[in-house]
Amino acid sequence: MIAQNIAFGILAASSVLAAIRMVTTKNVVHAALYLVVVLGSVAANYILLAAEFVAVVQLLVYIGAIVVLFLFGVMLTRAKLGHEGELDNDQRGLAAVTALLILGILGYVLVDYFGDDKLPQLNRTHEQLNATRGTGAVGNAIFSTYLIPFEVVSVLLLAALVGAIVLARRD
Amino acid sequence: MLLNQFLLLGAVLFCIGVYGVLARKNGVLVLMSIELILNSVNINLVAFGMMGGDAAAITGQVFALFVITVAAAEVGVGLAIVLLIYRNRTTVDLDEVDLMKG
Amino acid sequence: MFAADPLFSTGIDFGVVLIALAKSIIGFLFVLIGVIFMIWFERKLIADFQNRIGPNRAGPWGMLQTLADGIKLIFKEDLRPDGSDSLVFRLAPYLSVVPAFLTFTIVPIGGIFTGAHQGTVHLFGHDTFLQVADPPIGVLFLLAMSSIGIYGAMLAGWASGSKYPLLGSVRASASMISYEAALGLSVVSVVLMSGSLTTHDIVAAQASGGSILDWNIVVTAFVPFVVFCIAATAELNRPPFDFAEAEQELVGGFHTEYSSMRFGMFYLAEFMNTITMSAIIVTLFLGGPSGPIGPGPDQVWPFFWFLLKLLVFLAAFVWVRGTVPRYRYDQLMDLGWKRLIPISLMWLLFIAGIRIGRDQNWSPVLVPLAAIGLGALTVGLLAGSMRTAAIRREQSDEDDLGEVSA
Repeated sequence: MIAQNIAFGILAASSVLAAIRMVTTKNVVHAALYLVVVLGSVAANYILLAAEFVAVVQLLVYIGAIVVLFLFGVMLTRAKLGHEGELDNDQRGLAAVTALLILGILGYVLVDYFGDDKLPQLNRTHEQLNATRGTGAVGNAIFSTYLIPFEVVSVLLLAALVGAIVLARRD
Repeated sequence: MLLNQFLLLGAVLFCIGVYGVLARKNGVLVLMSIELILNSVNINLVAFGMMGGDAAAITGQVFALFVITVAAAEVGVGLAIVLLIYRNRTTVDLDEVDLMKG
Repeated sequence: MFAADPLFSTGIDFGVVLIALAKSIIGFLFVLIGVIFMIWFERKLIADFQNRIGPNRAGPWGMLQTLADGIKLIFKEDLRPDGSDSLVFRLAPYLSVVPAFLTFTIVPIGGIFTGAHQGTVHLFGHDTFLQVADPPIGVLFLLAMSSIGIYGAMLAGWASGSKYPLLGSVRASASMISYEAALGLSVVSVVLMSGSLTTHDIVAAQASGGSILDWNIVVTAFVPFVVFCIAATAELNRPPFDFAEAEQELVGGFHTEYSSMRFGMFYLAEFMNTITMSAIIVTLFLGGPSGPIGPGPDQVWPFFWFLLKLLVFLAAFVWVRGTVPRYRYDQLMDLGWKRLIPISLMWLLFIAGIRIGRDQNWSPVLVPLAAIGLGALTVGLLAGSMRTAAIRREQSDEDDLGEVSA
């Protein structure tokens, strides 16, 4: 348990620091790289929560596709190196106040309601854990209980694909 | 491990994302901040799933997967729109996209 | 069959840590020595193809040429262009080397899979698999690592701050993303037939019968294997898909501005990726280390078969490089999106249909026939729609031209 808490501490610190750098940096590509750090730390957090399939999907879809897409977008719109003018608008102070306010309320509610609820300890072998919560179990759930949402999401993806092509095509 | 440590991490990332959405004016950066918000939600889903039994754990993971998929769709369309704005106006500053303002 | 590495089943003590450490180091050395061999092998073989002699100065048959080149690279001056982004410029080589090695960790390089062994060997009082790691997500790790490998190429080109590297990196990353879909779809066929994601179980499913007919190349009926090989070549940016570093068009591609050991690392990553991809092909389709056990120490034979199969693929990659001319960029995108992805997707559905038919005891004649009929219909519709789209596009182009001239 101590090892897991240390790991969580490192991951949380790196993800929060990288997230703050992401919203403050003056370079769009650096922002994308900080986003990669955040996403990687979050993927590692999923492994801490014994959700290895979500973790690898996070790596595949977020880091492997979405951020690469962002980098493409940056290179196609303004691939300049170094600092590139103003990326922030003039409501930075207001935005910070809003964010801190939300953080205060969320933090108060969470600490007040969940206090120090512990995640349940699972005293199972690797095989049992794999059978009940592993990739196979997730796959079974997707293709039985959540079959219709899954199909709807597939149609949504197809629609987004067609929509993106229609929007971005040069005619 | 406490449940709250994951929830609070999610809350902090959420608020940083909110700050990014409000304070940035580059379209690509705003989309990135939205990804941050979606990620914090996913941490919460998986962590809450761990509090219940096996069925709850699976449900949390499946919902996180759906959110990731929808995020991919959102980025695809969002970036296409940003690209179109850039092509038409040679800028991705959201402050300058105000044609609809009377 | 769904067994995890028995190394960790009895708790973790000093010996377990030592074995895990030793496996990582041996795996790393294996790939590193493999790269040194592969560079020499490729140069020598290409020289033979082109009727030259090739490297012949350093060591017997020039075998130490790679070492000499490496030492030369280390001592060269390390340049960083003025307009480059210093942090990203220095980060990019590592981003391409590290995933290249990490992918190799899931490859089983030995172990007897028939009988009671189940691919384990007995080392220092512990049973273990002969692979650095056997994660439950298995081959998904391969796909994740190959998508992270894109960053190396992409960021190197951007951070150089000059236009040819940028063009090369955009080309490289676009082709890698495109072919990842075909790669993933052909892997899914393998996973479907083996019933597991872990590389160990995939090898076990192929090797347990002891017959060559159990190999996935036969079980999945050859098509996913061909698609995987083509997609892997594109993924590796090797000829005939090497337009990312096409010398005639782009100087040297995304690593034009790199010199000294940073260039050496890109070179290393390229060959590491070639070896890893060949090893993955052997694992997924050719039964990994399985093969007949001959006389002598029995644990040596699987390793021998693995090396032999690996060598065949390495030679095939060199052969392709020596014979096939480079593709054009738009032809490559055509091949990826309009041919390989539909083929592999349809084959996946075909295999899935047959699999379900077998599980449900449906007629073994009607199911394939219906699947083939449905597949033919889909291909017809797809080809028809592509044709219509092409005709419409031509017409609209003509209309545009008419407007301009009018």
